[in-house]
Amino acid sequence: MAETVKNEKVPTEKLPAKIMLRNIVDKAYAEAWEAKERGEPVGWSTSKFPAEIAETLGLKVCYPENQAAAIAAKHGGQRMCEYAEAMGYDNDICAYARISFAYAAGAECEEKPMPQPDFMLCCNNICNCVTKWYENISRMHNIPLIMIDIPYNNTYEANEENVVYIRAQFDDAIKQLEKIAGRKFDEKKFEEVCANSNRTARAWLKACAYCQYEPSPLSGFDLFNHMAVSVTARCRKESAEAFEALAAEYEQSVKDGTSTWRYPEKHRIMFEGIPCWPDLQNLFRPLKDKGINTTAIVYAPAFGFVYNNMDEMMRAYSKAPNSVCLETGVEWREGICRENKVDGIMVHYNRSCKPWSGYMPEMERRFRKDLGVGVVGFDGDQADPRNFSNAQYITRVEGLYEIMESKKMGGQKSE
Amino acid sequence: MSDIFTMGIDIGSTASKCIIMKNGDEIAAKSLVDVGAGTSGPERAIQAVLAGAKLEMKDVAHVLSTGYGRHSMAEADSQMSELSCHARGAYFQFPNVRTIIDIGGQDAKVLRLDEDGMLINFVMNDKCAAGTGRFLDVMARVLEVRIDDLESLSEESTKDVTISSTCTVFAESEVISQLSRNTDKRDIIRGIHRSVASRAGALAKRIGLLDDVIMTGGVARNRGVLKALEEELGHKIYTSDLAQYNGALGAALFAYQKSQL
Repeated sequence: MAETVKNEKVPTEKLPAKIMLRNIVDKAYAEAWEAKERGEPVGWSTSKFPAEIAETLGLKVCYPENQAAAIAAKHGGQRMCEYAEAMGYDNDICAYARISFAYAAGAECEEKPMPQPDFMLCCNNICNCVTKWYENISRMHNIPLIMIDIPYNNTYEANEENVVYIRAQFDDAIKQLEKIAGRKFDEKKFEEVCANSNRTARAWLKACAYCQYEPSPLSGFDLFNHMAVSVTARCRKESAEAFEALAAEYEQSVKDGTSTWRYPEKHRIMFEGIPCWPDLQNLFRPLKDKGINTTAIVYAPAFGFVYNNMDEMMRAYSKAPNSVCLETGVEWREGICRENKVDGIMVHYNRSCKPWSGYMPEMERRFRKDLGVGVVGFDGDQADPRNFSNAQYITRVEGLYEIMESKKMGGQKSE
Repeated sequence: MSDIFTMGIDIGSTASKCIIMKNGDEIAAKSLVDVGAGTSGPERAIQAVLAGAKLEMKDVAHVLSTGYGRHSMAEADSQMSELSCHARGAYFQFPNVRTIIDIGGQDAKVLRLDEDGMLINFVMNDKCAAGTGRFLDVMARVLEVRIDDLESLSEESTKDVTISSTCTVFAESEVISQLSRNTDKRDIIRGIHRSVASRAGALAKRIGLLDDVIMTGGVARNRGVLKALEEELGHKIYTSDLAQYNGALGAALFAYQKSQL
């Protein structure tokens, strides 16, 4: 069952970047279905497993996190979570994982179908939940699990032993995937794939950086939609071209004085964490009502891997929001806040992501001290709508707004 | 020059509170109805406060609503979150306030103010009503005592009893277990007060305490909870008879500010 890729009928005009990006994601899913129908093995991968390996070997790979986000955004998240809970999975487990278990077990799901896996690719740079998540599905389907274990970075840079360890696993992953693909790893092709991946990452980061302009030529929430390509298809040339087109559109918007944020930009905030996919409109509306544009996002640019050689590639893949030390995490975020000129921060305490939420109280304290901006947190969930309360969120947005307003009017002194 | 009357209405989850200020510095009347958002409470509170001030709605220069039901009030000229309104109301009563602990019917929050009474930071309970007025309602019912008697009964306690602070329903089960073991109600009640203090205290510690610390909200009427909170936090905590009206007071003050624009 392949999804039909929608072809926009714009024969002579260039497609808007958002359409190009949407088509790329649709095509990635369609190609996975086509491969399955041809009898080729299809993998499921964590979002930050080195995508370059499967791409070089011509193996099609799907991304359960992206699928779960899409299912949640289309309001299928609760149904799938409840299915997994009925199977025996605790509701404390990440909702992406619960949705994935349900889908792997055969739960009906029209929101975002993808082929069942023939192999699993797990890299735990994003979190440790994926280790057991992927192990479970590997056992469920009796299929190989290829693991790249990323040690947590207690220092600013990954140490040499870690890099050697990661490289050894990377090389071993290649050997295992050669057997699955039935072909040898082509070094020349790998170079080409890495070049595409870097070009995509640079273009994506460039597009994200346009939030630095005042007023911003984009609503930061747009990046939550566009980032799917950096997860599902970052090694493709068309992905780089699409992000370059996106950056060019933003460049033009700056020149024209236009923006996809069509409201007054009274305040600018950083949104910390994965968004609540089932409640994107509920997240956006109170911000829009108060003229608060999100001009800094942590989640989106986290998928920009840039490297010049294998050593740098291993280091790049060892850095994810949840695998770097607190100090690095604070520096990243404070850097974005300063560059993107925010005057407040909204923190999503994500019930589905204990590591990401666990360090936030200490980061909040440092943000207040170092940046002197209002910081407010709300409880929610990336994919389980039962953990989000709209009324409570609205109160917190209004509180943040009132803090930013009084600071703007010069009425606020230090603690 | 004629007097300027402004109205603040705090439409909470369990009660509707209304205050009319005269010229932004004197309380002309106040009212409280024991039902909140989505009920006849707000309308009845408005009628009562107007009667108390001997005014009609047309005499009021500006109406500002706050609280959970703030967006549903057609008569309001503007709305503001209960966060800023509580800050404003507390600062009016206690000019040295820097930390406010507000425990209402279903909400608990801690606010940090700067030296001019401006809101700098806040933290609130999420989803769970353990440690709020609802918690005390449930316990009073199980113990078959009146809410208003919880304070005096706890003063007669002689023994420590620990009651969970994690969940109202679990805590209710614990209270029932204690009763079936013939534990003295007065000791249970003091344990309940300490449980509420533990929840609110955890929020306060996240913000950090800076004197003066003020307690507001309906639960502040129970001096047993206030005393437990002082013990939990090791700080003197002030309150007033206007504790439950604090949000409405702040709303009326902001209404006055807006009427001058």
